[in-house]
Amino acid sequence: MQLKTIMVCIFVFLMNGNLWAQSGQIIQIVPGNNVEEQLQEALILAEPGSTIELAAGNYQFLGALSIDVEGITLRGAGKDATVLSFKGQESGSEGLLITSNNVVVEKLAIEDTPGDGVKAKGADTISFIDVRVEWTNGPKETNGAYGLYPVQSRNVLVDGVIVRGASDAGIYVGQSQHIIVRNSLVEYNVAGIEIENCYYADVYNNVAEHNTGGILVFDMPNLPQKGGHSIRVFNNKSINNDTDNFAPAGNIVGTVPRGTGIMVLSNRDIEIFENEIAGNGSANILLASFQQEYDDPDYNPLPQNVYIHDNTYGDGGFNPDKEVKTIVAPLTGMPVPDIVWDGVVDGVWAAMFGPDSDDAIYVKEADDTTFVNLQLMLDVILPWGASIDTDKSDYTGSIRTRDAIALPQDSDGASE
Amino acid sequence: MNVRFLSIAISIVIMLQPIGNIVLATDNAKKTVSINQEALLKVRPARTLSEYGLFADMRAQKPAHGVVPYDLQVALFTDYAHKYRFVYVPEGKKAKYDESEVLQFPVGSVLIKTFAYPADFRKPEQNIRLLKTRLLIRQEKGWNAWAYVWNEEQTEATLKVAGARMDVDWTDHKGNFRQIRYSVPNKNQCKGCHVLGKAFSPIGPKARHLNKEYYYVSGPENQLINWSRRGILEGVPDLEKVQSVPAIDDETADLNKRARAYLDINCAHCHRREGPASTSGLFLLSGEDTPVHWGYKKRPIAAGRGSGGLLFDIDPGKPENSIIHFRMHSTDPGIMMPETGRTIVHKEGLQLIHEWIEKLK
Repeated sequence: MQLKTIMVCIFVFLMNGNLWAQSGQIIQIVPGNNVEEQLQEALILAEPGSTIELAAGNYQFLGALSIDVEGITLRGAGKDATVLSFKGQESGSEGLLITSNNVVVEKLAIEDTPGDGVKAKGADTISFIDVRVEWTNGPKETNGAYGLYPVQSRNVLVDGVIVRGASDAGIYVGQSQHIIVRNSLVEYNVAGIEIENCYYADVYNNVAEHNTGGILVFDMPNLPQKGGHSIRVFNNKSINNDTDNFAPAGNIVGTVPRGTGIMVLSNRDIEIFENEIAGNGSANILLASFQQEYDDPDYNPLPQNVYIHDNTYGDGGFNPDKEVKTIVAPLTGMPVPDIVWDGVVDGVWAAMFGPDSDDAIYVKEADDTTFVNLQLMLDVILPWGASIDTDKSDYTGSIRTRDAIALPQDSDGASE
Repeated sequence: MNVRFLSIAISIVIMLQPIGNIVLATDNAKKTVSINQEALLKVRPARTLSEYGLFADMRAQKPAHGVVPYDLQVALFTDYAHKYRFVYVPEGKKAKYDESEVLQFPVGSVLIKTFAYPADFRKPEQNIRLLKTRLLIRQEKGWNAWAYVWNEEQTEATLKVAGARMDVDWTDHKGNFRQIRYSVPNKNQCKGCHVLGKAFSPIGPKARHLNKEYYYVSGPENQLINWSRRGILEGVPDLEKVQSVPAIDDETADLNKRARAYLDINCAHCHRREGPASTSGLFLLSGEDTPVHWGYKKRPIAAGRGSGGLLFDIDPGKPENSIIHFRMHSTDPGIMMPETGRTIVHKEGLQLIHEWIEKLK
């Protein structure tokens, strides 16, 4: 409690001459006894705009850390040098919780949280830069659910992050708006990157390897923000996603087949382009409707207005899992095509003649890229059933593209 | 004329004063302590609890004059800790009644809660160890919360910003020895529950939880009536018009109402549209009437391993298949609910929810 006795050095840091800059402190913390209390106390008592620096070393925590002061930067000495370990954590459902605006977490690692790694709830302008979140014993059902978990937030930047071993999603952005996830590596998670119930996200320059599913864009019913839309997934590598699904049952990602490259569930205005997608045993790209029973009259379960173009495909569909094995492969034969759409649409008209142009699925890929519309809706409607459609040329067209996401905390990224 | 007006005002005050005193004089110890209003309104907290002058006798939890003890019909479970609750509303001000939300307290009000463990729960008046006293202070900019942790000698409680862990033991009602590592939440963890929208908010003092008799030294009386009579609360309608909830162990009361009241006080501060768990879509205020939102056949969203491999928050008729039951039954920080405030399972609460889900169709 007593600031005098704890080994925290506080320097009042006056931005010289700049009248608009907020004065803030730099608070330095080093590993040692009682560091948990020192750090948490610093995080609570810090002036808005302060920077808290964690020297290199190993830090052990029994409880969750939290930031509720505006403009805090929590900075380590590098994502392999400053390690915050939560092995043996006794309380708190995440390692670090952020509930204030303009927070930056950078250059540190969070390891072995029983719950989520870092959660940001209701934060405006939140950045995770050069951070590692890892469960060090590899993929296990008992690992925490999410590595990085911004939810109901705005202006979310995830840049240069590594997440390994999450039993749900490595990088999970939920019910948020204006999002960039880039330059990150996600491996050995159930879902590498998951964008769920979000508006305006750009996911690019990431590598998703050895997850169950590489990159997921989902929308779920019964949530305060739903009707996910305007998501671009480009220039990523989603390769060799070959880890058995180890999510606890009941979670939606528990249904993701091992070996899914990119998957879209529900949502609209989705553009997937210039990715390298290979080595995914179930399918390189899956477009699916939400199939479970739900009670939400405002929810749209279909993926609509989706444009897939100019991606590079390697082997895919050679070792299908879950519903790709039981439902898709028997219809398509092996290997399962690169791009699989379940063909569920709303209504008889759309099933017979295709969805309206604003709701359609568009594909523009090289000739050797394989595609299938499973026509599951038409199959239900027609008494004699429907056969699958593998002709990509029936799906030419495009959606209106939009500008890149620009975030206030990201001056150099806006032009990318 | 001014003088005359003033003297009338003074005589009214003098006339009103005894009403409070009759009840409180015996609640108080003889020593008079004045409440330090200035300390209460400061943004920076006092270092020790005694500086606020809220108690006539801190050790005995005897409140100072003007500080009123109260109780809740159904209380938040915190590892079986006994709680002494008090409210203070500055003289001349009144809290405003609210039908469903927390009463609206004026600036300068304090909600005081002391967590304590009697050595033997069968003798709750003896050998009481005070652990912490939490103040929720209504300041100019809104509510602020501070936790004061008691020293071993039980002579003083000191501010603890970053929380604390303490070994606690007691003998329970059945004579079993119990031992836990009690966790005093830090300020942010307090806010983890005590938040509505973006602002800090009390949880307990809602009309429906206060609407019960309290055994004042002067005799039993409904708390809302008592507060009105003391002049610290206004706007209370006829009691028949005030919402009420049954005690969880009142087996004559409707099971559904008891279970929903339990979930209301233990979960709904987060699990409501304006709360920290709005992300989950599970809303547990007792007035929530959309079945899927209070968990009926509701699928988990971001529960991770909190789902325990189960498909629904509430699987009607099947408590063992229901995620709510599973998470109440756990003490694993990655699974348990509520996330903070407990380290052990509330057996009686779990039993109630078990019975309730079993009977749901």
